[in-house]
Amino acid sequence: MDGDLSPQDKKDLDKFIKFFALKTVQVIVQARLGEKICTRSSSSPTGSDWFNLAIKDIPEVTHEAKKALAGQLPGIGRSMCVEISLKTSEGDSMELETWCLEMNEKCDKDIKVSYTVYNRLSVLLKSLLAITRVTPAYKLSRKQGHDYVILYRIYFGEVQLGALGEGFQTVRVGVVGTPVGTVTLSCAYRTNLAFMSSRQFERSAPIMGIIVDHFVDAGGGGGSQRPVNMGQPCNYRAPDDEDGGAFAGVQDSQEVCTTSFSTSPPSQLYASRLSYQPAPTGGAAEFNTNQGFQAGKEGGGIVLVPAPPPPHGADVQLTVENAPDTTSSSGDEDGLLQSGEGRSVSPCDPVESLNAFTRKVGAFVNKPSAQITAASLDLPFAAFAPRALDSEENDPMVNPPASPPSQSPLQASLHSQGSEGSGQQDDFVMVDFRPAFSKDDLLPMDLGTFYREFQNPPQLASLSLHTSSQSMADDLDSLPEKLRVYEKNIDEFDAFVEMLQ
Amino acid sequence: MNCRSEVLEVTVEARQVEEAMLALLHTILLHRSTGKFHYKKEGTYSIGTVGTQDIDCDFIDFTFVRVSSEELDRVIRKAVSEFKDALSSDGMGQISLEFYQKKKSRWPFSDECIPWEVWSIKVNMVNLANEQERQICREKVGEKLGDKVINVVEVINRHEYLPKMPTQSEVDNVFDTSLKDVQPYLYKITYQITDSLGTSVSTTMRRLIKDTLAL
Repeated sequence: MDGDLSPQDKKDLDKFIKFFALKTVQVIVQARLGEKICTRSSSSPTGSDWFNLAIKDIPEVTHEAKKALAGQLPGIGRSMCVEISLKTSEGDSMELETWCLEMNEKCDKDIKVSYTVYNRLSVLLKSLLAITRVTPAYKLSRKQGHDYVILYRIYFGEVQLGALGEGFQTVRVGVVGTPVGTVTLSCAYRTNLAFMSSRQFERSAPIMGIIVDHFVDAGGGGGSQRPVNMGQPCNYRAPDDEDGGAFAGVQDSQEVCTTSFSTSPPSQLYASRLSYQPAPTGGAAEFNTNQGFQAGKEGGGIVLVPAPPPPHGADVQLTVENAPDTTSSSGDEDGLLQSGEGRSVSPCDPVESLNAFTRKVGAFVNKPSAQITAASLDLPFAAFAPRALDSEENDPMVNPPASPPSQSPLQASLHSQGSEGSGQQDDFVMVDFRPAFSKDDLLPMDLGTFYREFQNPPQLASLSLHTSSQSMADDLDSLPEKLRVYEKNIDEFDAFVEMLQ
Repeated sequence: MNCRSEVLEVTVEARQVEEAMLALLHTILLHRSTGKFHYKKEGTYSIGTVGTQDIDCDFIDFTFVRVSSEELDRVIRKAVSEFKDALSSDGMGQISLEFYQKKKSRWPFSDECIPWEVWSIKVNMVNLANEQERQICREKVGEKLGDKVINVVEVINRHEYLPKMPTQSEVDNVFDTSLKDVQPYLYKITYQITDSLGTSVSTTMRRLIKDTLAL
């Protein structure tokens, strides 16, 4: 039995591993976008869904992944890693997890490539879908927004886990044996998030002037040094589909969408916006409708698997209805890259992107808008969260609107007093205290007056001094009479006391 | 062939039972479902596409992934709901998801159901006194469910026995072909309730049989 792979099997296996790597990256990045993912099942195969799973392809992510792979495949000693990190609005960053797709030397020569390996890779992708929702970074990514964003970075080569802090945990997603080695997918995630909580406390009172320009200098080291480019933000916004993105796999490509990806250095990382528009016909049409893979040509969905022989041993032809045309795959990739680059990309600088928003200015804002725009340039995430730019000046609670014309004399008195106070911008404003819903006709006084008056009630009559001596004398005179009456009724009193006992 | 058996155990509050069960059962079924098979001539077949959906739990800090199939979700929810109704407020119970193959027998014997994988989820119910405890429980149960998902994935990725891919005539003996959009392996869900005294004899035993060829 020949242990070596047939050329067709080798070609298939390489293709499976390549697309598995690309789909792995898509699953991981989409799980960190901060949104719930939903794709629709389809009973009839479209021919473009690798591993029979509906996983949308975000073009920029595919582009980044292909750039990192640079035509190579994950192999022994050459791992593909997706690093997920968090970056705060102050510029601090922290690596949260690293997903590693590795290959080791343990081979399974007997395994069927086009059938078993393919199905097991499909199961492994499903496991990845499940596990990406379980690691701590998932919850963080769902809450990203004003305070922080989640970035991803793809690299190829040696796995770097040094930035995960002490005590990082590892979870193995799964393994698939192949004739050329065992594919292993795992995740190493940080457990020590102490940096984040302490940093939040430091925000109000910095201990010393901490210069956060650690990554601003260009000229990153090569090799194993940490590259300057922090990574791409995980906040792709798909176009709004009416059915909530269920058909995103096919429909999104034709619509204009804005994303916030940038390949520029970190200082401009968050500020540029790319507007993605379908390039005119031609290559772009193929690019778009097949989620980045030309189905038919690259065998985007391996459609089939040979049926097993029936029990009674009839003659069954083993066929794999695969994409017949694989020689054009490299050409297609070039085509894809060209179509990707051919689409109109218009990066904007921060000010332009800010102006692109319809920003509502409060009616009574004092500061000119130019000041606000200039100030916002210092905010690193201005492009992401325009509502974060609302300053206190716009807040009606801080600066109350000017008083409306008075409708009644009572209200006029209130407002005149109130507006005097606010007009002079004093700290204290004397205003008559009129509680809500109080009416003037029940008592001819207000609550304050009532309270003051009844705090000091008049003395009781019996306690007044000039009558006290008189009552005492009367009491003494009436005593003998009372004693006579009690002695007469002494039997009744005795009977009463006995009853009580 | 021995049947593979896995046991998962969770401790939850009453209102978390449904979501915890759904999370685990759907995670297992995600891995044990394929796209619909379409057989063609020459003994070949094509496989449809399975979509997935993120589901946030309301009473647990947890999100799980399930297959995008409303039909399948309805069936699982119905079974879980019956299980939950049967559980008392502080009792214990166990819900089992069994994958089986059918083996045709000649008349008059009925078809044999041979299980090849059984997942048992043991549930302990607790009562909590106040809102603070409930909040802690939300987070803790979320973490525990995450651990269970990792356990499930670990077992499944051992790639142990799976039924062979069937011919067109045999497909109903291996897969549940009744759903429109996905095709899980043949499965059935059963449950047992243990009363609070801990007696193991079940007081009610019901079967929810999913059988495409109901006689």
